[in-house]
Amino acid sequence: MIGQVIFIIILLGAAYLFGKNVAKIRRNILLGRPVNRSDNPGERWRTMARVALGQSKMVRRPIAGVLHILVYAGFVIINIEVLEILIDGIFGSHRIFAAPLGSLYGLLIGGFEVLALLVLLSCVVFLIRRNIIRLKRFSGREMTAWPKSDANYILIIEILLMTAFLTMNAADYKLQVLHFGHYIKAGNFPVSTFLAPLLSAKAGTLVIIERSCWWFHIIGILAFLNYLPYSKHFHILLAFPNTYYSKLEPKGQFSNMSSVTNEVKAMLDPAFVPPAADISRFGAKDVTDLTWKNLMDAYTCTECGRCTSVCPANITGKLLSPRKIMMDTRDRLTEVGNNLDKNGKDHTDDKSLLDNYITREELWACTTCNACVQACPVNIDPLNIIMQMRQYVVMEESQAPSSLNNMFGNMENNGAPWKYSQADRFNWNK
Amino acid sequence: MTDSMSDTLNNEIIVPTMAQMAAEGKQPDILFWVGCAGSFDERAQKITRDICKILQHVGISFAVLGTEESCTGDPAKRAGNEFLFQMQAMANIQVLDGYNIKKIVTGCPHCFNTIANEYPGLGGNYEVVHHSQLIQQLINEGNLKAEGGESFKGRRITFHDPCYLGRGNNVYEAPRAALEVLDADLVEMKRCKSNGLCCGAGGAQMFKEPEPGKKDINMERMNDVLEANAQVVASGCPFCMTMLSDGVKHTEKEQEIQVLDIAEITVRANGL
Repeated sequence: MIGQVIFIIILLGAAYLFGKNVAKIRRNILLGRPVNRSDNPGERWRTMARVALGQSKMVRRPIAGVLHILVYAGFVIINIEVLEILIDGIFGSHRIFAAPLGSLYGLLIGGFEVLALLVLLSCVVFLIRRNIIRLKRFSGREMTAWPKSDANYILIIEILLMTAFLTMNAADYKLQVLHFGHYIKAGNFPVSTFLAPLLSAKAGTLVIIERSCWWFHIIGILAFLNYLPYSKHFHILLAFPNTYYSKLEPKGQFSNMSSVTNEVKAMLDPAFVPPAADISRFGAKDVTDLTWKNLMDAYTCTECGRCTSVCPANITGKLLSPRKIMMDTRDRLTEVGNNLDKNGKDHTDDKSLLDNYITREELWACTTCNACVQACPVNIDPLNIIMQMRQYVVMEESQAPSSLNNMFGNMENNGAPWKYSQADRFNWNK
Repeated sequence: MTDSMSDTLNNEIIVPTMAQMAAEGKQPDILFWVGCAGSFDERAQKITRDICKILQHVGISFAVLGTEESCTGDPAKRAGNEFLFQMQAMANIQVLDGYNIKKIVTGCPHCFNTIANEYPGLGGNYEVVHHSQLIQQLINEGNLKAEGGESFKGRRITFHDPCYLGRGNNVYEAPRAALEVLDADLVEMKRCKSNGLCCGAGGAQMFKEPEPGKKDINMERMNDVLEANAQVVASGCPFCMTMLSDGVKHTEKEQEIQVLDIAEITVRANGL
């Protein structure tokens, strides 16, 4: 009884804390400018099914892709077991699904065990890739101590959770064989059978092992849940809405700024009365100038570095790294959000995404080739952020590199980016 | 048809402008949007003339805007100057609509992308194809073959995907279709199609010095070309053409590797 009370208190506390942090992230995302991504729901659901649920872009790199699918499938499917743990915890029952599901239960538990083992092994391989083989993709200027530790913590927590799950089953299985107490014959244990000989033969010790693993497993999961909002691992949730709200137009198509369209129309046609626009700046200086989708992208990024590893600027040693663009955006947004909580709505801290986080050198190194956008397994668009920041630098500050200013001048005067006369445009025919 | 055939035989191309056509009360089937590089860059001018040769060879009635054409605004937009882009776009749309243009072929993926994708939002709606798509269509319809000219049989050819054709607009097969008719030895580079590596010119990089780094992007791309052991690098973009040609020059492989546009290859293969 006391166990049930403690369980319910922990569960409610974890749910409350998680809800609070998710609400904060949602609030932060909505600090972004509006952008309409609600059109064409059919295509959006299909994109989400293909890219997030179906992991279609993950398998572009087969080794990482297959290992990730194992962890992902394991994570999703083993959560059915968590449902049972929750019910058992609240009602003080033991393996409540065993009786109603009958022989299917054995099959399920057996399947979970196999998956748990695969998840565990995949996480070990992931740790080896990061810490022993040291794949280049996982290092880089932006991969400082915290992002590297974050990745390792996630993998270690998952290994511990799976170990607890299998050890719990092993103890349970032994107790079932001993016909001890309420440990009814339930489930198949294709993996934990092999762990069983390692455990004590005494029923009392086995009960302690089974119960500690049970508590460790569920408290671990709840703690992990609350770790998500502070971690890159939040992608397991945001991957779904983020792919749903993907840009559906061709990647080469950059949106036209409607505020500019109105001004251009007014210039060309004095009779045109532009609709009253909100007086926001052109382009983006800080995170609040970006769209909410840019900000959702930032929280969705799991720092895998596929974008940076295909970026032509980064490959050739330039400062630009698309992953850093996303991490900077997220870190700045978190900072803005925290300021908001501490100092209220009108507080400014004299910092901005531009210059304090992302330098101009990074922005100007981009070739707009869309390789980063193509590579992202969850349809994040770093290029769109770079473009909006270029727009701010050029249209608000007039701080384009001088060679680009020359190009603008040529285009204005001669209709071509080079210094050739418009009258000579047809000379190729001579 | 017979007129244009005899012109082709004389190796002379006749390129009417829209203004001339309108004066004669004629409307071409398609407008050839030449682009700034195609108009002014010496190497790209050659490709422009080759595209005209192909159009003339198959007897498509076409015209160009000539001195009435102006930059689409693409490099201004990618450099962050949305004002200049939209000024250019609106002016171009006025000219295009003034001539009642419905269909456009471009010689440049950047012009293609901008007119096809970004002009509609500003009121310019046209059916736009890149010249590789037109060539593919002509081959499929049986109007264009690879005979009567230089033989590419057995030569190792690789295709460099321009970003704004490939990733930007998912056009991967059209340029390859133009190469498949050659009976050549087509090879893919390590990074190709949606994983293709940029030549380094996009996003207005063409008009500025690169940021400090270890090497230039076109030299990185040259590694892929050398690895594929290609004798011909084909592309469909005047900017890629410049970057790749520079890369070949820098590696001193001018004797071994030719950089050619899809249109040039088509013209050579057909002896136009």
